[in-house]
Amino acid sequence: MKKKKDYIWILSILSIVIFAGIWWFCCDVLKLTNSSTLPGPATVVNTFIKKLSSSAPDGATLPAHIFSSLKISLGGWALGVIIGTPLGIFMAWYKKVDLFVRPIFDLLRPIPGLAWIPLMIILFGIGITPKIATVFLSAFVPCVLNSYTGIRQTKDVHLWVGQTFGADDTQMLVHIAIPTALPMIMTGVRVALGAAWTCIVAAEMLASTKGLGYMIQQARGIYRPDIIICGMIAIGAIGAVFSGILSLIENAIVKGVRRDG
Amino acid sequence: MSKEIIICENLNKTFETSRGSVPVIDNVSLTVLKNELLVLFGPGQCGKSTMINCMAGLEPATGGSVLVGGQKVVKPGPDRGVVYQRMALFPWLTVMGNVEYGPKVRGVPKKERRERAQHYIELVGLKGFENSYPNQLSGGMQQRVGIARAYCNEPDVLFMDEPFGHLDAQTRYLMQEDLMKIWEKEKRTIVFVTNNIEEAIYLADRIVVMTNCPTTIKKEYEIRLPRPRNYVDTEFLKLREEISAVVDKAL
Repeated sequence: MKKKKDYIWILSILSIVIFAGIWWFCCDVLKLTNSSTLPGPATVVNTFIKKLSSSAPDGATLPAHIFSSLKISLGGWALGVIIGTPLGIFMAWYKKVDLFVRPIFDLLRPIPGLAWIPLMIILFGIGITPKIATVFLSAFVPCVLNSYTGIRQTKDVHLWVGQTFGADDTQMLVHIAIPTALPMIMTGVRVALGAAWTCIVAAEMLASTKGLGYMIQQARGIYRPDIIICGMIAIGAIGAVFSGILSLIENAIVKGVRRDG
Repeated sequence: MSKEIIICENLNKTFETSRGSVPVIDNVSLTVLKNELLVLFGPGQCGKSTMINCMAGLEPATGGSVLVGGQKVVKPGPDRGVVYQRMALFPWLTVMGNVEYGPKVRGVPKKERRERAQHYIELVGLKGFENSYPNQLSGGMQQRVGIARAYCNEPDVLFMDEPFGHLDAQTRYLMQEDLMKIWEKEKRTIVFVTNNIEEAIYLADRIVVMTNCPTTIKKEYEIRLPRPRNYVDTEFLKLREEISAVVDKAL
C-alpha cells in the first residue's frame, strides 16, 4: 500500500518534467520559434538564476520584486479576511445586519477588483495604499460570501440540540454555527488569497515602480520574454505554495468533516 | 413514585403554510408519570414528532398547554432532553465533546463534566471511542452517542424521536435491548416515538396509539409483560395483533 502511494506521487513530478521536455524540444531542438520570441527552458532558468541577484534591467532583483508584491497582496488579503469573514458571519446570523449591509454589498460585489484601480489611483496616487485597497476589495468579497453561505448551512437539528441544552444566541453562534461554517470559511480564505495574488500582479502592471507585475511589464517594453516567463513562473509557484499552506492549515483546524473529492 | 411529570391539556397544533392552515395535533390530553417509558405509536407522518417538539418546547403549541414538572413549556430547556432521528451529533466534536456539550453550556467545571460524560459514554457501551469523530462511527454507535449526550445533561424527561428509525433490523434489535438495560440502570422518564409495533411493545410501560393526521389519541395500552421481553412470546404476539388492528394505515 505504502509503496504504491510513493509510486503514484512520481506521476505529479513526471507531468512537470514532460512539460519542460516538450517545451525544450519545441524551442531548442525543433526551433519552432525564434529564441528571442519564445526562449527555451535553459535560457529561462539561466535568466531566473541571474535575476535572483541582478537588478538589471528593471531596477530591482527578483526577490525584491517578489517581496514587494507579497507585502501588498498579503496585507490586502489579511485585511479582507479580518473584515470580510466576521461581516459575512454577522450578516448570516443577525437579520438586521443583513438588511442594513446587503444593499451596499450587492452593489459592490459585481465590480471586479481591477475596476477599482483607476479610482484608487486618483484617490491615493500610485503608492502602496491604492494597491492594498484594491487587493482588499478583491479578497473581501469571497470572504463575506463564503462565511455567509457557511453560516446559513447550519442545521436546524443542531440548533435544536443547542436550545434544549439551554444555549443562548451567542453560544449557538460560537459553538454551532461557526464550526458548521468553518470549512466554507476556509475555502473563502483560500479563494481570497488567490484573488489577492492575481489582483496585485494586474495592479502592478497598471501603475507601479516595483513588484512582479511591474517587472513583467518592463520586460515586455524592452522585449525580454525570458524575464516575462521568469515572472510568470514566480507568480505561479508562489500561488501554488500559498494554496498548499492554506490546505495544511485547513486540515489542521477542520475536524470530523468528511470532505468529498 | 407514580407522580405526573408531563401533563398535556387539550394540546393543539396547526401549521400555517402557503396553502392554508394544516391541523396536525387535535386536542390531545396526555399525562406521563415519573420514570415511565411511554411510547407514542402511530402511522408515519401522523404528527408524533410534532407532539414531541411541542412538549420539548421547540414548536409553540397553538392551543392548550404542556406542563413539565409543574412548569408551563414555552421554550426548550435543559430539563427536557431530545434524542433525534439522525444526523444530530455535532460532526466537528469528538464523542466526548458531544456528550459533555450540555453540561459545558451550563457552566459545569471541566473535571466534573468530563467524569460525568465518561460515565454515560461507558453506560452506552462506547468506552474507547471517546476521541472518535461521529463520521468514524456506525449509525448505531452514533445513536448511542445521541442517547449518552441527552442523558449527560441529566434532564427530567427524555424525548426520543424515532431514534432507531434508520438503523438496519439487527442493529435495531440490539439498540432496543441496550436501551432497556440503560433505562433499567438509570431510570428516567422517556417519551419514545415510533411507528414500529415490535419496538413499541418491547420497550413500553404504556403505549399511546395515535391516529392519522391531525393526530389524536386512539387508544392506550398498559404493557405488563415482564422484562426483558421476548419478541415471539405468545402474549407479545397477541398484543401485537391486537394493537396492529387498531392503528390507522399510513398512506
